[in-house]
Amino acid sequence: MMFDWLTPTLIAVLLVLAGIGAVRRMNLWRAGQADKVDLIAGLMAMPKRYLHDLHHVVERDKYISRTHVATGGGFVLAMLLVVFVHLFGVDSKVLAWLLLAALVMMFYGAVFVFKRRLNPPSRLSKGPWMRLPKSLLTFSITFFVLTLPAAGVLPEGFGGGLLTVVLSFCILASLVEMLFGMTWGGPMKHAFAGALHLAFHRRPERFGGGRSTGLKAAVLGETSHGVAKPTDFKWNQLLGFDACVQCGRCEAVCPAFAAGQPLNPKKLIQDMVVGFAGGTDEKYAGSPYPNVEVGNAKGGPDQIITDGLIHPDTLWSCTTCRACVEECPMMIEHVDAIVDMRRFLTLEKGDTPNKGAQVLENIIATDNPNGFSPSSRTHWAADQNLNLMKDVQQADVLFWVSDGAFDMRSQRILRAFVKLLKAANVDVAILGDEELDSGDVARRLGDDATFQNLAKRNLAILSQYRFKTIVTTDPHAFHCLRNEYADFDSDLNALASVEVLHHTTFLNRLVQEGRLQLDTFKGGKVTYHDPCYLGRYNGEYDAPRELLASLGIDVAEMERSGYRSRCCGGGGGAPITDIPGERRIADMRMEDVVSTGAELVAVGCQQCTAMLEGVVEPRPVVKDIAEILAGQLIEEAH
Amino acid sequence: MQPSVNVVSLVSVGRHPQSDRSRRADQDARAVELGLKLAGKNLTLVHAGDPENPVLRQYAGMGLDAFTVLRQKSYSDVLPIIGNFLTENNAHVVLMGIRAESGESSGMLPYLLAEKLGWPLLSRVADILHVENGKADVLLALPRGQRRAVTVSLPFIATVDNAAKDARQSAYGPGIRASITVLDAEQTADNMAASWAISPAKPRAKRMKVVKAKNAADRFKAATAKPVGGGGNVLKQGTPAEKAQAIFDLLLEEKVIR
Repeated sequence: MMFDWLTPTLIAVLLVLAGIGAVRRMNLWRAGQADKVDLIAGLMAMPKRYLHDLHHVVERDKYISRTHVATGGGFVLAMLLVVFVHLFGVDSKVLAWLLLAALVMMFYGAVFVFKRRLNPPSRLSKGPWMRLPKSLLTFSITFFVLTLPAAGVLPEGFGGGLLTVVLSFCILASLVEMLFGMTWGGPMKHAFAGALHLAFHRRPERFGGGRSTGLKAAVLGETSHGVAKPTDFKWNQLLGFDACVQCGRCEAVCPAFAAGQPLNPKKLIQDMVVGFAGGTDEKYAGSPYPNVEVGNAKGGPDQIITDGLIHPDTLWSCTTCRACVEECPMMIEHVDAIVDMRRFLTLEKGDTPNKGAQVLENIIATDNPNGFSPSSRTHWAADQNLNLMKDVQQADVLFWVSDGAFDMRSQRILRAFVKLLKAANVDVAILGDEELDSGDVARRLGDDATFQNLAKRNLAILSQYRFKTIVTTDPHAFHCLRNEYADFDSDLNALASVEVLHHTTFLNRLVQEGRLQLDTFKGGKVTYHDPCYLGRYNGEYDAPRELLASLGIDVAEMERSGYRSRCCGGGGGAPITDIPGERRIADMRMEDVVSTGAELVAVGCQQCTAMLEGVVEPRPVVKDIAEILAGQLIEEAH
Repeated sequence: MQPSVNVVSLVSVGRHPQSDRSRRADQDARAVELGLKLAGKNLTLVHAGDPENPVLRQYAGMGLDAFTVLRQKSYSDVLPIIGNFLTENNAHVVLMGIRAESGESSGMLPYLLAEKLGWPLLSRVADILHVENGKADVLLALPRGQRRAVTVSLPFIATVDNAAKDARQSAYGPGIRASITVLDAEQTADNMAASWAISPAKPRAKRMKVVKAKNAADRFKAATAKPVGGGGNVLKQGTPAEKAQAIFDLLLEEKVIR
């Protein structure tokens, strides 16, 4: 080698530049709001979180998981060894051979990355990401050749001037991508920001198989509410946005994107990065928001996001179905960010679109979204002979009726469930007119003030009575009661020792205990639609399927089912804000149902029932599982 | 809009028809909406009553940094203090709902105010187009979507019809941050009202409506039209003196004056 000093110098300079970039980047994140994070514990937990939790999600695509293990693992190992072998000049054959092995592994992975990029699916971002496999290959080959002398395969100082020049150029090119780019905004940024994001994640409960889906409570009474500017996000949220690899898995599962509404979760996250780093979105090289041109969005850390960076319609298109969060290999929290920004629009700007304002006003004035008289809440149960908590004070089971009480279609579900409860002789009572809206819609529409008000009032009522279990047929109320009320329950402990269950879980227990006599179902092919707030939000995929199996039904699963179930379009206040798209989400979901050849689609949610039944006929019949079971109930003759 | 024009919206505490709960009164909120259109943030929002009432924040949440409350006990006559406030503050345009949703709900306040101040009263305003050179171009709402354009000189009082633009959404944040100026005004006890026993009204039985219409258009009209008095004349021709005479004759005929 003619310029012995060149390789170490290049490595050293780029490492220093990368260090400077890292500090700059960290300062961008630090512009966000403070959030309590255990830094040390997070950093300690990071490798496990990467190897276990993140990899668990990546593993859903076997091709890329193996590719990433080889490439990423190879690179991290190789880069460490490069520092020892080429920067510090440690003269060790063992290290050199190890380095060669790491580089071979990396090369092997990079070949598959390259192959993937030959004809990339539309969800992947192009632009600089198309360059990455070449950089990976260059890095592995260059350092392979450079390491051969150290391993004793080639004599020291082999090759002529030309080779040295070529190698030097290759070192520069690959290190600029791999080191400089890592902290100055290149594709490799995902490794740097991603590792820290895993360490300082805002929901550490999600790691190790846990679940954390309840929205964080807004602090009320400050000088502003919600997220107006990028710096209003917590610092670790900003860090999370930076971790995005633009793989577009979120885009592929987003119902709003598929419906042609102006939302693409990947672009949203990239716009957040544009926001806190400042600049425009013209370098974005992925799919745009449907029907919105790329290049016109401008943002800065202290600029109002909805003033030029993101159109409010983008935020209001989200159904909060959490499919993007479930699918994100980087465990980025899209829904949190969207609701944070909605809070600003609703609480500060008073700008909830379409029926949003009216629905919120109704909830505030009548505790239900449609403005019905609160004294008519129990009318549906006039003939049901149900105990009121007010009268009995205690019961085994409290049936949380939810706002389905006001809707004639949902009332059929409620009655079916009551019929089953009675058949199983369950000691049940309802709150009657004392029950209020759970606050789900208000919260998803960004009105956390109203949600918190309802939560506190509901908890105050619940705390007056004694019961072991709450059961509800509404997964949205279920989610609020189970995951979101705890933030406001520290004084009353109304739900501290109470089990909150969805009716399918509860019915499944009754069936397994043999308390319900059910006839075999003979109605043809049946499929099951997982409600987002039951499945992804609460992890209940089995009980509904076991219930159907208990009727002898062999569920014809849709392609998008279980944790990949597609939203019906009814969540997050989306039917209220009603942002126009090219298709209706419910229609697309019904197409999924139809493609299984099912004649009946079983549902566990009144909102899903309403959305799917809104699809024009001919289409399969839509029934709640409680209705199907009630239809097969063998009633003892009295 | 000249900055020198002082727009005041008078608001009351409403009552939700289904839940009986206090709320932003619908027509009063429209009066605030119209006021915001005319004066923006310079709108003066005034309530006579209890300054602690949280409903007032809902009006402020429409985009006002501050509002004024003339502190009054219940069963006080608000007419004198509102009248004094308007003259002292040199109000030019006074907007309010047609009638309150709670309390006496007689709809008399605008008339009594107009009488007391000697200002013209425009009832059932749909929109105020502009205010210029001491005059305002106003659209009055008539049944079936008809409008009447009138010009009125300042100052004047206007009641806002349901045909006026819907009130914008009230935002929580600005509402709770708005500052309240409480003016301790003189109390004029309304002993008469205090002695009344108030009970919830029962809905009156509705007379069966037999629709004789033969076609859809007529049925639609019958279903949507506001009841229009059978008699009456629209006087478009004639001198003002003739029109005044016609009104005078009608009042005599109806025995309003003798």
